[in-house]
Amino acid sequence: MKNNTLYTFLVALFLFSSNNAFAADSASGSSILNIGMWAVAILIIFFLIIQVSDNLIRIEGKEAGLDADQQAGLSLFPSFSNLFSAKKPEYVNEGAFYALKAGHNIALEGEAEKVIKQNNATTFAVQPQNFVGISPIPKVTVAVGDEVKAGDVVCFDKKRPDIKYVAPVSGEVIAVNRGAKRSIKEIVILADKEINYKVLPKLDLANTSREALVNYLLETGGWTMIRQRPFGIVPDVADVPKEIFISTFDSAPLAPDLSFVVEGKGAAFQKGLDVLSMLTDGAVHLGLDARGDAAPSAVFTGATGVKKHWFHGKHPVGNVGIQIHHISPIAGTDKVWTLGVQEVITLGKIFAEGKFDASRVIALTGAETTAPAYVNTYLGANVGSLIGEVKDNVRLVSGDVLSGQEKTKEEFLDFSDDQITTIKEGNEYEMFGWLAPMDARPSVSQTFLSGLADVTYEANTNTHGEKRAFVVTGQYEKVLPMDIYPQHLMKAILVNDFERMEGLGINELLEEDVALCEFACTSKQPLQKILREGLEIMREQA
Amino acid sequence: MGLLDTLKKIEPDKKESPFLHTLYDGFFTFAFAPDSVAKGGTHIKDGIDLKRTMVLVVLAMQLCYLFGSINIGHQHFSALGMYPGFVQGLHLKLAYGLVKLLPIFIVSNVVGLGIEFWYAAKKGHAIEEGYLVSGALIPLIMPPDIPLLWLAFAVAFAVIIGKEAFGGTGMNILNVALLARVFIFFAYPTTISGDEVWVAGLEKPEAGALADYGAIFTGFFNPLFESLGFTSLFNPEATVIDGYTAATPLSLAYQGGWENVTSVYSESQMWWGAIPGSIGETSKPLILAGAAILIATGIASWRIMLSMFVGAAVMAMLLNAWDATPFMSVPWYYQFWMGSFFFAMAFMATDPVTAASTNRGKIIYGFLIGFVGMIIRVLNPAYPEGWMLAILFMNVFAPLIDHYVLDANMTRRMNRANA
Repeated sequence: MKNNTLYTFLVALFLFSSNNAFAADSASGSSILNIGMWAVAILIIFFLIIQVSDNLIRIEGKEAGLDADQQAGLSLFPSFSNLFSAKKPEYVNEGAFYALKAGHNIALEGEAEKVIKQNNATTFAVQPQNFVGISPIPKVTVAVGDEVKAGDVVCFDKKRPDIKYVAPVSGEVIAVNRGAKRSIKEIVILADKEINYKVLPKLDLANTSREALVNYLLETGGWTMIRQRPFGIVPDVADVPKEIFISTFDSAPLAPDLSFVVEGKGAAFQKGLDVLSMLTDGAVHLGLDARGDAAPSAVFTGATGVKKHWFHGKHPVGNVGIQIHHISPIAGTDKVWTLGVQEVITLGKIFAEGKFDASRVIALTGAETTAPAYVNTYLGANVGSLIGEVKDNVRLVSGDVLSGQEKTKEEFLDFSDDQITTIKEGNEYEMFGWLAPMDARPSVSQTFLSGLADVTYEANTNTHGEKRAFVVTGQYEKVLPMDIYPQHLMKAILVNDFERMEGLGINELLEEDVALCEFACTSKQPLQKILREGLEIMREQA
Repeated sequence: MGLLDTLKKIEPDKKESPFLHTLYDGFFTFAFAPDSVAKGGTHIKDGIDLKRTMVLVVLAMQLCYLFGSINIGHQHFSALGMYPGFVQGLHLKLAYGLVKLLPIFIVSNVVGLGIEFWYAAKKGHAIEEGYLVSGALIPLIMPPDIPLLWLAFAVAFAVIIGKEAFGGTGMNILNVALLARVFIFFAYPTTISGDEVWVAGLEKPEAGALADYGAIFTGFFNPLFESLGFTSLFNPEATVIDGYTAATPLSLAYQGGWENVTSVYSESQMWWGAIPGSIGETSKPLILAGAAILIATGIASWRIMLSMFVGAAVMAMLLNAWDATPFMSVPWYYQFWMGSFFFAMAFMATDPVTAASTNRGKIIYGFLIGFVGMIIRVLNPAYPEGWMLAILFMNVFAPLIDHYVLDANMTRRMNRANA
């Protein structure tokens, strides 16, 4: 797009610099000129009539409730954005296709090889602080030394006692660790060699009410798999979502390939989708990956009872928040639910196999990881034992480098994370580093020569500059494929202007969606933190 | 890392001498990118920071600096009827230009950065890089003979009232460089407008006037060039030749249209920039090369540049159609041959802080600058150039444009909720 405009600009410059040639007007051509002008005028009027009627047809189509694809079919002209957008891959057969332009892929070293390694983790933890809005000291129902089965309740929030948080593995509770201000940080379980599952009562899905289903999910721990937008919280018992969204691919740096992760778990995934569709009056939407040459896993493409949407583009195209914005944006007091693919599988297994099976395939990634690969383990596994030996001065991240959390070797994977990234700390001075950097570094800006080549970067955690006031404009919009003005939203949050925050779309965003903007920020502003502060204010107001 | 250790050792204490510490910090972070690591947000950060952004803008205008310093000398000698070719007597032209330009650059930066440092120390924050660009832009938009004391006043006014009063870098409403220029424009108009100020070093731009050389030329450069074997030297007896005019193309166009302009300057002369004017504004190809750097690196907004060009072109065509004065009848495309349009477009209108901040707003903002600027240039009876005033005018309106763009975004969201 940018190159096109630049080209047009240069052509325009060239044209007017060669204007001498046609500046001279010949007097004899005036009658031809007159006729020509009339012809052009008639053509323009003709075109206008067609254009107006074409628009009227489109409006009619919109009012008749056709989706974007069908609407485009009504028009005589291809829409401007379609002309320049990416081609639809051949494997996209059913469902709408969205090609998003904004975004940026950060190519880092240390992609996981597609083999599944043996699990080394023996300790697992439930971390109450993974759940947004939970009180700092939830009621812990187990004591150190207790034996639990996978699926046994370990804690609940006193404000919302119906929502039960359950153990991901069976074994002995060996510690209840506390964090700042005596808040409960981790409930640590030393896992049995062979996991014992709590036997769950059978629920006849065909003849059950929504209420009974919700109660069943609350008791079995399935409810905690669900996140509600706005705010990214575990939904209230009484909440009914307008729609449910699941993204089946992750576009973050070094993110696991979910098509590989779900191999052999198709039945549980489909079961999970079936259950979810009973929880909403609207549809369950599946965001599918249309970026590659090959179609994603048949588990996703063959899913039934859902609406499919194909997405092509750069990160953050795989974020469910971006997909929601394009499929059916959150408006007013809408509540929608989202789940990760592996959470859907756990949910499905509750019904398919009658047990709370929180097994997870985790990608071990990053330039400092020896032999990056996938590992088969359980929810909340110990970070240090999964990743093995790492050098000094290396940061461990639960999740990806943009929106993950820093962890020590003793800490545990966060609830929704299916990735560990290792990255070198960048705590070194660099002479004239801002002007002539020693090593290639990822950048959204076009000011580095390495951006022209196809480079995978060995990035580090250096901030590459100091925090400044907002100066540069338009750079967040370049990497956020949404109709949102992130910088103005951030400023509205900083001055506590509720109306503007809501108006500018804070409810459509979570931290992960603005993480790439934070990466790109010239002024090194902490956008994720600012956004979360805004979301907390909005949640208190609601 | 011997240098790093040495530098670390001489770090002044922050409490005892905050000003020295701020100064030290400014220069230290200039020499060494800090060792800070990302905490609590993304774990990697983009390689770009404000220093890199600002320095790229300064680099993009270096060609204008080079050309400007030669052109100061070229215009001076043209008035004396000497060295008609642009590169003839290059050593004299360059020496003459630098003697004029360097003091302006030094005053602009010493005064401006001094105030910035002082405020940074007082407020206890790091020195922000905003003035790097302003300080480099101000010399380029001044006439070569600008009195340095007035320049210092103007810079102080622009930085204190225009920027620090609003909270420093990133907070100002008006473009700092243009504010300095507009201060001189209204406070000391004789030094920056009219036909007599654009050629340096003459008593008067009239036939027979003496060239005004100081001791530095006759006492330093002449012996120096002589010892290097040059035969062409500064001649303190040289006088302005008969029939010389120092009028700029714009004032010629105002008086008698395009024929009047081309009777004095050729088209290619105007395009390449060997004409009187502010120091950095005259050479269109070199400014466009700078603009190309800014667009290619994504530092400046192509939206503003393109829409400003379109806005100016549209207004110029409308004026062509009206055709009431000789100036209005100048073919619209030739309007771009004269004056400082491209410089204003590439370096002034694109300042991200004072421009509209939404992409849609930028298009409106740029278009209106072009549109209004051309009106001021052609219809204003007192002063035939408009970009400075048009940009400052639209700086004031940029928040309003953004307000409506954001309002539209909020309305779209509201409508979705009601649908």
